Amino acid sequence: MKKLIVFLAAAVIFMTSFTKEGGYQVGDKAVDFKLKNIDDKIFSLADQKDAKGFIVVFTCNHCPYAVKYEDRIVALNAKYAKLGYPVVAINPNDAVAYPDDNFANMKKRAKSKSFTFPYLVDDTQNIAKTYGATKTPHVFVLKKEGSDLVVKYIGAIDDNTEDASAAKEKYVEQAVDALLAGKTVATTSTKAIGCGIKWKQ
Amino acid sequence: MFCTLNKAKHIFMASIYSIFLLLSFSFFTASTDKIEKITIEQLQAKTIRLENDTLYIVNFWATWCGPCIAELPYFEQAAKTHANKKIKILLINLDFISEEAKVLAFVKKKNLQNAVYQLNAADPNKWINQIDADWDGAIPVTVFYKAGKKILFHEGDITQTELDEKIKLHSI
Repeated sequence: MKKLIVFLAAAVIFMTSFTKEGGYQVGDKAVDFKLKNIDDKIFSLADQKDAKGFIVVFTCNHCPYAVKYEDRIVALNAKYAKLGYPVVAINPNDAVAYPDDNFANMKKRAKSKSFTFPYLVDDTQNIAKTYGATKTPHVFVLKKEGSDLVVKYIGAIDDNTEDASAAKEKYVEQAVDALLAGKTVATTSTKAIGCGIKWKQ
Repeated sequence: MFCTLNKAKHIFMASIYSIFLLLSFSFFTASTDKIEKITIEQLQAKTIRLENDTLYIVNFWATWCGPCIAELPYFEQAAKTHANKKIKILLINLDFISEEAKVLAFVKKKNLQNAVYQLNAADPNKWINQIDADWDGAIPVTVFYKAGKKILFHEGDITQTELDEKIKLHSI
């Protein structure tokens, strides 16, 4: 009995630490996904034959931090889609908890802000969990290497949420610029305040 | 004549009182019309580096964060429940510095009695690590400090029961 308890306790600790360490680290291979886009079609990375990689942004409608970055996300796509690194935005939030983040409102937001990139809904929240997204906005820069998608950068878009013009370090741009130049990404992960993803109960 | 003099005296006294009242009122409003700003270094000086027997409970929150707002009353209640214990609760607001008026209005509306500060820290990639290396920036977060050390880092929502239990366990 005692052994069983010790075993169970160890199992619980192991599982807890596993959850904590869940999600990708830089260098990991990322999974592709099939998620519904705001045009009602299913989007997958594998279908983007011309891309060299992707700027995957977990974001949403309701979060003020995500809103602050909307124009910068649009600008990233304008700059890098033609260079082979398009933006792919994914909304992982529980739309029941945040009706602002539901599919109809995603369509509205994409239209009003003239999104030029896919804005996908992660209904099951499996992709956010697999990637290890914890908040919005949360960026994962992926690079195609053969048939793999390798995580090259995880974190913030830049170092100043409040004021884009005051940002000193544009982390995502620096990462993609390095990849395009065939160089190693200097800053591979950063931290930022964001709205915690609302997980389904 | 006496009457008139007396009246004049009354009016004079009344004016003096009004001036005093006005002055004290303006002092009062001056002290409550802003949210004190705090840097990480100042916060550390108020919590982490203090080697006394007070339990410091630092909650990071924002007016835009639903779960944060939901748990603020627990911190208000905890301050009352554990008034006889050596605890100090600091509510560190992460709204943009430019939105002080919004934070102030919120603090007044909710009648928050715990100490509220607005964090004045430019580069989150730097200061988040100064609080905890495992924290990647999602809020709410609550950190407990005692005797110059961080004793607990609680990521995500906290319940009244959890908060009360942690206070009972770590405070005197």
